[in-house]
Amino acid sequence: MLRYIVKRIVQMIPILFMISIISFIIIQLPPGSYLNTLIAQMRATGDEVDMEMIEALRIRYSLDKPMHIQYFNWMKGIITRGDFGFSFEWNRPVSHLIWERLGLSVAVSVSAMLFSWIIAFPIAIYSAVRKHTLGDYFFTFVGFLGLSTPNFMLALILMFISSKYFGFTVGGLFSPEYMMAPWSWARFVDMLTHIWIPMIVVGTAGTAGLIRVLRNNLLDELGKPYVVAARSKGISTVRLVFKYPVRLALIPFISTVGWQLPNMVSGEAVTATVLSLPTAGPLMLAALRSQDMYLAGSFLLLLALLTMIGTLISDLLLVLVDPRIRYE
Amino acid sequence: MNPKNILEVRDLVVKFKLSEGIVHAVNGVSYDVPEGKSIGIVGESGCGKTVSSYALNRLLPPYATLSGQILFRQQDGNIIDIAKLKPEGREIRAIRGRDIAMIFQEPMTSLSPVHTICNQISEALILFQGMTKKQARNRTIELLKLVGIPQAERRVDEYPFQFSGGMRQRAMIAMALARNPRVLIADEPTTALDVTLQAQVLSLIQDLQNRFNLSMILITHALGVVAHMVETVNIMYLGRIVETGPTMEIFEEPLHPYTQGLLQSIPKLTGRLGERVSSIPGSVPSAYDIPKGCPFEARCKHRMEICREEMPKPVTVGSEHTVYCHLYTGREAARDAANA
Ligand SMILES: Nc1ncnc2c1ncn2[C@@H]1O[C@H](COP(=O)(O)OP(=O)(O)OP(=O)(O)O)[C@@H](O)[C@H]1O
Ligand code: SF4
Ligand SMILES: [Mg+2]
Repeated sequence: MLRYIVKRIVQMIPILFMISIISFIIIQLPPGSYLNTLIAQMRATGDEVDMEMIEALRIRYSLDKPMHIQYFNWMKGIITRGDFGFSFEWNRPVSHLIWERLGLSVAVSVSAMLFSWIIAFPIAIYSAVRKHTLGDYFFTFVGFLGLSTPNFMLALILMFISSKYFGFTVGGLFSPEYMMAPWSWARFVDMLTHIWIPMIVVGTAGTAGLIRVLRNNLLDELGKPYVVAARSKGISTVRLVFKYPVRLALIPFISTVGWQLPNMVSGEAVTATVLSLPTAGPLMLAALRSQDMYLAGSFLLLLALLTMIGTLISDLLLVLVDPRIRYE
Repeated sequence: MNPKNILEVRDLVVKFKLSEGIVHAVNGVSYDVPEGKSIGIVGESGCGKTVSSYALNRLLPPYATLSGQILFRQQDGNIIDIAKLKPEGREIRAIRGRDIAMIFQEPMTSLSPVHTICNQISEALILFQGMTKKQARNRTIELLKLVGIPQAERRVDEYPFQFSGGMRQRAMIAMALARNPRVLIADEPTTALDVTLQAQVLSLIQDLQNRFNLSMILITHALGVVAHMVETVNIMYLGRIVETGPTMEIFEEPLHPYTQGLLQSIPKLTGRLGERVSSIPGSVPSAYDIPKGCPFEARCKHRMEICREEMPKPVTVGSEHTVYCHLYTGREAARDAANA
């Protein structure tokens, strides 16, 4: 098992390198660079465009060097110093900007994922075991309702409800007094009181789909001969369903968990914008738009890393659940 | 209930309500299982053998409807009608866990692929015999040895996919035996196995039946297979029993045209090479709409006017040999006619 994990991690390294090259190239693809954005901004605000200053910036950020040198320097910084480069737009090192936001994104995504599981699991199991009953139809209906409600709409509704009836400050992940504060227990608790709205909003989007997939997997399993054979041993229905079919129905589902994680991180961009969450999505979007290349590149790189970690986690879970893979 | 019997099935009817219509899988089956004896149920594929045996343990899906009586004599002498029990209630589960065990038709798919053999066999031991995990494991190893699995101590922790087909069926047999059942239902225990294994598994079953004095229902589509293993044979066709009697009598003097056809289709070792095995022409009609007269009418070469109209009544010939066929309503005379 340990060998397998180490092997998988070693395999990740060359892939990460390839991804870093590709993302670097993609970021450079649009003509111009951040300096063009800067010039446009200065013009728009009516400032004098100081070409000398622009030139100085170009040299300072090595934008005058060929692309492969820029890439090489960036990589060197990451590997030797954990330095992800400099954000032109924010005028701060990328690493100062990115970690907290990514962390909050992961927090929102993971809690949304757990939320959708906690909702979806019992419903899916109920619907499958009590197929074609009133309860099953009811949940199917509610599920489709959830599936067809756009995220931002739900976000707006929840914001409306919570500010109108509960008087909460809505939007963001922190109350104003904690917004800029360093991490502390109080700040963490404050986050918990805010995180539930994005958790529900991001979570419900996937829940309906999850219920359908799980219910169908489970129905497939429930009809199989090993279930009848297990029933014939005299075990109670609840015990039986959880021990046998649920476990097998999880297998196809676990393999999707891996790419769900980064999907959620990038997918919450719209919700995050509506709810003004200080997460990675909006920042990444802005960075891509203004060609803030090191910031955007670092995001892409870390998302790729997240994807790989997610896949690794789901593969490890699969090995735990399905012995057939273990012995291959 | 006859004191000799452990199980009496009376007028068992099973229907499946599907959106395409009603499947009449079992249409009034009655038979007895004497305590400590074995009986056979024989018929072509689709005639309702599996469905009627699932009914004995109430293993049918929720959309199946069941009627008739399944009288079972419990250990303490009480008689219980299994057909009246709550589908997944405690009583039927206790019967499954302690009294009536089943060996399934498909050993390849009847074991959970993600649990070890030990886990699956010891489950019933822990649940119904109050064993600890360790005791159950030891007992499981014993059982695996009993059914002839080599290196049982090691293989007990393996998964079904590491077992060959024959070994899986042996494991299934061990799983059934683990419950110390009084009735064993073996549903075509060898159809999924190749010929050399078939004989081994059958003799294992027979051996165990003798050793533990089990009452057994052996289900098969090949009459030849059960000949030496059971004392009574029930011939089933389209959800009905068409002939029943002591095995020897059925073999020597089959009365029902369907039974005669089945017997002729057994390949004989004494037959000349290349001799064509005769099989019954036509195929089993659909179970969606069953004929109101004799179920075999469409394929029978002796059919008469009345056969289409009227369900034949049972005719008992000898003490225990009964046939459902209009040919015999006039008894002896007609019987000679059929044999002519
Ligand atoms: N779960 C089910 N739902 C609907 N119809 C079913 C179901 N199970 C069995 N049937 C139908 O009931 C009839 C009897 O089936 P059964 O499985 O008892 O046959 P069998 O005699 O065991 O055949 P085989 O030798 O192939 O195992 C068939 O027509 C079959 O299609
Ligand atoms: S009742 Fe008629 S159709 Fe049926 S088996 Fe006898 S002779 Fe044939
Ligand atoms: Mg069958």
